[in-house]
Amino acid sequence: MRGKSLKFVLLLVALLALAAAGCGGGDEGTGTSAGTGTGGGGEGGTLVFGTASDPVVLDGSLVSDGESLRVIDQIYEGLISLKPGTTELEPALAESWEISDDGLAYTFKLRQGVTFHDGEPFNAEAVCFNFDRWYNFTGSFQNPSASYYWQTVFGGFAKTDPESGAPEDSLYASCEATDESTVVLNLTKPSTSVLGALSLSSFAIASPKALQEFGADEGTVDADGIFHPTGTFGSEHPIGTGPFMFDSWTRNDKLTLVRNDDYWGDKAKLDSVIFRPIPDNAARLQALQSGEIQGYDLVEPQDIPTIAGDAALQVLDRPAFNVAYVGINQAIPPMDKIEVRQAVAAGLNRQEVVDSFYAGRGEVANEFMPPEVVGYADDVTEYTFDPEKSKQLLQDAGLTLPVKITFWYPSDVSRPYMPDPKRNFEAFKASLEQSGFKVTAKTAPWSPDYLGQVDEGNTQLYLLGWTGDFGDPDNFIGTFFQSPQKAWGTTTHPNNEVTDLLDQAESETDLAAREGLYQDANRAIMDWLPGVPYVHTKPALAFAADVQGYQPSPVSLESFAPVTIGK
Amino acid sequence: MLRFIVRRLLLLIPILVGLSILIFLYLRALPGSPAYALLGDRATPESVAAINREYGLDKPIYVQYWRYTKRAFIEGDLGTSSRTRQPVTDELKRRFPATVELAVGAMLFAAIFGIPLGFIAAKKYGTWIDHTSLFASLLGISIPIFFLAILLKYVFAVRLGWLPTVGRASVLIDLEHPTNFYILDSIVTGNWTAFVDTSKHLILPAIALGTIPLAIIARITRASVLDVQNEDYVRTARAKGVAPMTVDRRHVLRNALLPITTIAGLQVGLLLSGAVLTEKVFAWPGIGSWLVDAISGRDYPVLQGGVLFIAIIFVLVNLVVDIAYGFINPRIRFS
Repeated sequence: MRGKSLKFVLLLVALLALAAAGCGGGDEGTGTSAGTGTGGGGEGGTLVFGTASDPVVLDGSLVSDGESLRVIDQIYEGLISLKPGTTELEPALAESWEISDDGLAYTFKLRQGVTFHDGEPFNAEAVCFNFDRWYNFTGSFQNPSASYYWQTVFGGFAKTDPESGAPEDSLYASCEATDESTVVLNLTKPSTSVLGALSLSSFAIASPKALQEFGADEGTVDADGIFHPTGTFGSEHPIGTGPFMFDSWTRNDKLTLVRNDDYWGDKAKLDSVIFRPIPDNAARLQALQSGEIQGYDLVEPQDIPTIAGDAALQVLDRPAFNVAYVGINQAIPPMDKIEVRQAVAAGLNRQEVVDSFYAGRGEVANEFMPPEVVGYADDVTEYTFDPEKSKQLLQDAGLTLPVKITFWYPSDVSRPYMPDPKRNFEAFKASLEQSGFKVTAKTAPWSPDYLGQVDEGNTQLYLLGWTGDFGDPDNFIGTFFQSPQKAWGTTTHPNNEVTDLLDQAESETDLAAREGLYQDANRAIMDWLPGVPYVHTKPALAFAADVQGYQPSPVSLESFAPVTIGK
Repeated sequence: MLRFIVRRLLLLIPILVGLSILIFLYLRALPGSPAYALLGDRATPESVAAINREYGLDKPIYVQYWRYTKRAFIEGDLGTSSRTRQPVTDELKRRFPATVELAVGAMLFAAIFGIPLGFIAAKKYGTWIDHTSLFASLLGISIPIFFLAILLKYVFAVRLGWLPTVGRASVLIDLEHPTNFYILDSIVTGNWTAFVDTSKHLILPAIALGTIPLAIIARITRASVLDVQNEDYVRTARAKGVAPMTVDRRHVLRNALLPITTIAGLQVGLLLSGAVLTEKVFAWPGIGSWLVDAISGRDYPVLQGGVLFIAIIFVLVNLVVDIAYGFINPRIRFS
């Protein structure tokens, strides 16, 4: 009796298992895509790139997040671009440019014979249409989370809403299309950082016809004040001049670009690029290993040995473009004394921190900007770990040892330049205490508490860092030191030499002289010691081994056009 | 019956009001704000204030709540995501089908393997088969989903290459989405390649997510079958000489199914509220992974709307389970 019923159940299980397997089993090979990417050989084919999320919208002027910009960079071009892998300017839609002697007028000679993906001609009028569009943004477009880069570079708008938080004054005066292929960009005051900034994808030129036809500026603001675009420009009809054209976008699933066969420059080698959102880092790695994607960005440092050890995969380094530093607030004594700041610099064992906590992805920083940026000086004063010297400096300053200081570090945060703030802090505390200091630890959650305390000037010593937006020294040392900030104590303890150098550099139109001024500023800063920079970190990308031609850029301006797949 | 359903639905109102207040207060008690999440390192006091003002977050909390409630409950408008700038309801329409598809897959897997497993264990009570099944279900309950998912993917996708690791369909599959249930979409549009492909994509996530329900169902089935098979009516049936298979099918399994239905119903409710880990690991674009991303982005509209939606689904599923109960067990009366 028992035996019979068991047989029935076993049969049932077997049948169900079979059904379940059959349900998914199907034909072999369809779908699971080991080799979706390979196009057979040489050129052509499709590359699938795993991204951390979907883009927000494919309109460069309204976003500042990396995943949106990654796709935008393939579809659009700006007047100026960067030499692949560097922060050096190179002509893009503008073939050449001239700066007037007063530094107020930038004349761009445009490339001719370029058309937008919708067949519309690219010309001076189109360029000015875009600049005027940005300058005339209203309402939610003035939100700092939308037009962040416009506000960073050009400041305010034609009619700046006083509630928007945007700067009142604008650097932008006007755009003139003097003939079909000449554009003059007029500024309200000289600023040479504009050139570098124009390489940002946020200033890429879109087809005026498409912007209007597909309602790029249309939308509603809901009761929460959040802007919801109702036009389809940024979601279905993003039209630029780039080497790839938009094909389709299924949210949360895939975004497909196809080659622009009418591209003016070297045409893309791939037939298409598909961006696939995979939010989880471990899942991206497995998708790469299984061949479902052929590349992804922001590889976790702990995964690098796995990828490097797999013959079918490769790791690409992106040059460092950030800096982490120990900030010093000179408004809180005894940090106003240069000897004490020098003692802090000699008391920080930066090499040990970089070696211990950055998995081989970090290099010790000697300046407040990475070496890849123009204006980096090779001969600034360097500070090495020397506890005895530190103690001596403190005594020279007339202090009795140990000197009591408070040192802040953030909790609940991980940044590329600071994966584990607490461990950095603990190592620094230990080395400072060897060097004649007595450290009181203070901590707060990163946002808003910690950042608030630092911004308000309440922190004597603190850990902080910065990732650059674009390849210009103004975006690093200009951001830090050109205007007084409570965090450094520069509101009460200014350094006029440094601010003068930075002001001069910003209005210097001769690029070589400008570079020299920024180098001087870096030398002056490292003698003044408003803080101690300690690390630049290199992010990593991972690709299948047969993907060639991808050139990582410090500012992540990376084109898929030269990329090939397959042997 | 109708009165029962209406009363249960009316009960939804206080639940939703209470829950919406809770989630509203809770979100605002979290450190950080949408402004800091949007601006990151670049936040300045001015830009944070501007965003707060724009989103109305500078208003007193009861004003914010009233405005939200009025819109959500009266106009059915759940707002716009502060990160993706997409209407929350649009995103729900895209993501809920994904969650349902995964939940159904997981429950099918759990029921198809869990019920027979529990049944055999009960039939072979005390033998090594029983012990093995107990051990297996214990393992199923205790193994972390995250670990299991990674392991499954490693074996079946990375090593063997049989199944995909992420998403709902291969990128090269062209599929229309009339319903947003991908498997259903492929059937409706008669796209059989897509059907095979989307089914394959469902297998590993469904197994990862279905393991715990499977283990629970197996154990409940075992206990329930053990109970039922000692009942007088089963003994009577056997004594009458009814074929053992018929006894098992008609008398034992059918009666044992009652508690299983309850448990399965509760599990479905849980699964529908979004399988956070599974969705994350398999890049399955459902409700769970959406809410997690919304928490780190302090995306208040998404969190408020998403949690309310889940609450409604949870209550409705429980209602359906209760009604289904009546059909399985006619002795139950709705009152």
